[in-house]
Amino acid sequence: MRSASMQTASPLDASKKAPRLPLFLAISGALALLAVLLPQALPWIKTPFIFSTAFGIAALGVAILVRAGQVSFGHAMYMCLAGYFVAYLSRWAGGLDAILLLLGGTGFAALCGLVIGSFVVRYRTIFFGMLNLALSMVLFAVLGKFYHYTGGTDGMRVNRAAIFGVRLDRDGFESALLYLSVALAMLIGYAVHRYFRSAAGEALAAMKTNETRLEYVGISTYRVFLTGYVLSAALCGLAGAIFAISQGLVTPEMGYWVRSGEIVFISILGGVIHPVGAFIGSLIFEFVKLYAAAYLTGAWQMTLGTVLLVMVFFAPDGVAGLLARRILAQEGQERKAGGRP
Amino acid sequence: MDSQTVLLAVLDGLSYGALLFLVAVGITIIFGVMNIVNMAHGSMFAIGGYLAATVGGWLLAASLSPYWAAVLLPVVAVVVGVVLGGLLESLLIRRIYGKDPVLQLLVTFAAFMIFEDLQRLVWGGQPYSSSELVSALGVIDVLGISYTTYQLLVVPGTALLVFFALRLALRRTLVGKQVMAVAHHREVSTTLGINVRRVCLFTFMAGSALGALGGAMSVQTTSWVLGIGAEMIVLSFAVAATAGLGQIEGALVAAVLIGLARSFSVYLLPELEVLMPYIIMTLVLLFRPQGLFSVAQARRV
Amino acid sequence: MTATLLSTRDLNLAFGAVVVADHIDFELGEGERLAVIGQNGAGKTTFINICTGLVRPDSGEVRFLGKPVTNLPPRVIARQGMVRSFQLPQLFLEHSLRDCVRIAAAGRSGRLGLWRPLGEAAPARTIEHVLELVGLRERGDEPCESLPEGQRKLLDIAMAMVLEPRLLILDEPTSGVSTEEKHALMQTIMAALDEQRITTIFVEHDVDIVTRYATRVAAWISGRIAADGPPAQVLNDPEIRTSVLGE
Repeated sequence: MRSASMQTASPLDASKKAPRLPLFLAISGALALLAVLLPQALPWIKTPFIFSTAFGIAALGVAILVRAGQVSFGHAMYMCLAGYFVAYLSRWAGGLDAILLLLGGTGFAALCGLVIGSFVVRYRTIFFGMLNLALSMVLFAVLGKFYHYTGGTDGMRVNRAAIFGVRLDRDGFESALLYLSVALAMLIGYAVHRYFRSAAGEALAAMKTNETRLEYVGISTYRVFLTGYVLSAALCGLAGAIFAISQGLVTPEMGYWVRSGEIVFISILGGVIHPVGAFIGSLIFEFVKLYAAAYLTGAWQMTLGTVLLVMVFFAPDGVAGLLARRILAQEGQERKAGGRP
Repeated sequence: MDSQTVLLAVLDGLSYGALLFLVAVGITIIFGVMNIVNMAHGSMFAIGGYLAATVGGWLLAASLSPYWAAVLLPVVAVVVGVVLGGLLESLLIRRIYGKDPVLQLLVTFAAFMIFEDLQRLVWGGQPYSSSELVSALGVIDVLGISYTTYQLLVVPGTALLVFFALRLALRRTLVGKQVMAVAHHREVSTTLGINVRRVCLFTFMAGSALGALGGAMSVQTTSWVLGIGAEMIVLSFAVAATAGLGQIEGALVAAVLIGLARSFSVYLLPELEVLMPYIIMTLVLLFRPQGLFSVAQARRV
Repeated sequence: MTATLLSTRDLNLAFGAVVVADHIDFELGEGERLAVIGQNGAGKTTFINICTGLVRPDSGEVRFLGKPVTNLPPRVIARQGMVRSFQLPQLFLEHSLRDCVRIAAAGRSGRLGLWRPLGEAAPARTIEHVLELVGLRERGDEPCESLPEGQRKLLDIAMAMVLEPRLLILDEPTSGVSTEEKHALMQTIMAALDEQRITTIFVEHDVDIVTRYATRVAAWISGRIAADGPPAQVLNDPEIRTSVLGE
């Protein structure tokens, strides 16, 4: 028995069961393999893959906030902060290993997230969004103006570092950075996955539906949200650090509000119901951008904007959500069919 | 800082603030009535400017007097407001009412992205300018300072005109009262027989037209490049948020405040010039998140 | 001598000219089942809101287990053992029944883990037991959105019970529930509370329910306690009969 149109399960059903679908584990594995193997045939694809991985990690950070029902249009500032920290480190403490640079950038972003978050997480919805936006614009303006300290709009260079102590040439460096980023992405995807299903992660999700009740059962929503905020800042920081090391350059542009919007975009496009969604979203984003130059007269914004509009109206839980619902619907149908004598 | 510089800073600030008001008031009435943050508002500003520059070019090519711009600038604004604003509202904004706020924001952000490429496709990457009108209007001597008539009188004059016209329209006309009703309480308005859909469409078009007017007037004194819409949207947020979203009178005060803060810092603390609006916005959001001029929740537009 | 769980001294609160709490002196002992009655606007919910930390009184003191709790936030008061349920069930609508109770249980311990799954945050036995007491165990994995009103109330109360409170305040537990179901609902609740030995205050409008389940009745009129005593005494008081019960 086949329905006339493809059945899909309800969004709530999908979001509950998605985390357990083996499909997503398979997709994660496939993406990782792709990232590692394809460059053997197409070496130029390393950089886009590194960028995709980095932005995927940032999108995962923003997904944490979306889980609480909030959205920040300023999280690129954590990418920026980490990037500049990496640039300073590589200038003052020349010869630092890339691993240390990544750790440093992530840690710095997390610290900033703690300081900023300590007052920002008291706000909700539009005030939360605008406060993050305002702060990111302050950072953007400061980085652009104080030329003497920050290199102004030209930015700062990041010298190529050793990875795990090994100095590599350009090609080898990119490959190593790619493998490192993919490995980090998989670890972080798994960690976020566990976090979402932990007590803290479920309390974060409960903030979306009933903050008052959370307080009344003894949970501090301030602590829950701050934890989520710091984690999201750390993830955006890691993304920024990867970006900085990969590009060899950091500019204030990294923290511009449009970048923040793009991170949110990627997060929703891919779908927040499963961590792999962030990476699906960022791959789509990165490659449409790339191919638009060749095939769409460079109109990548128009293309992606249209894609997002279509998604919002027909598949608001993103690509991951769409996949989950189709699989669940199929499973449902198979169960029904199997039950018939 | 001598008195001449102070005067200069004041005039600069008032002129700039007037432009900020025109754009910010558009965003604030849209939020007040429809509860939507329109991230594509900056695009209205940008396209208003581009179109005005194009019109200015036509006037020049046709050897027509630049004074025609006085008539054509508002026309440009209305065209952008009605066509782009109307399209945006009826195709998209109308359909996201009641959806998850994150999705609402992303829809307007997607529209912004589409409009960015639209600008690039139509007008290309080179800078545009349109200074004939300003030159034609000449300068005025104010206590020893030469100031362009355009920036001294036309821009602030337009802002004040718009301000009083809005106040009048909202309080005295039937349409205006309907707009206030919808801003106040959407569901109740429906039961009162008000065509909420039409009110929202109208408000969105009016708000977009005001943004476009801001752009059309701004291009006369600024070089227009891609990305100017993105820059203006956050500035207009700064003004609207400082005032309190939905506050029109407040928007005028906040715009002038931010305009003056910025112009004074140009002369006193140049590094902070670009920062001022965002520092003010941050401070206001931290200490009075509902804005400086918000009254109790009930009153919105 | 039974322990005093809750006591208030000279609680006062006014909103402009409207006095919602008028010099309230009150004491509740362990094991009592107090019914709070009164017309709408008499100050019953205000009293609960003050005791559980949602609202600050203009003056006066609230003590729980001997300790002052007057201006503490609801979160702290809940952890100390005074918990409330809500007239309009307050659930985590995007979660399942079981997860709602689990989240509440996680709050009990005060430490929210970032790694271990929610199901391991509190002993499964406790969760299942509470769900069993309110008769919702079989439906545990369903989204709580799908529950009808009566069962939503039960879930709301289950979420409060899993916090192992000394005192549970029920705000109109049978409101919004059809008359046929009221008694069954109240039976279930009271049996559960008895099993867990939880002292309770419940706000109620239905005289039948009050008579059947309360050991003590306090009647509110215009922000003050007009009568306080055994059900038979208070419910037959002529002033109460006219002002509160509307007879």
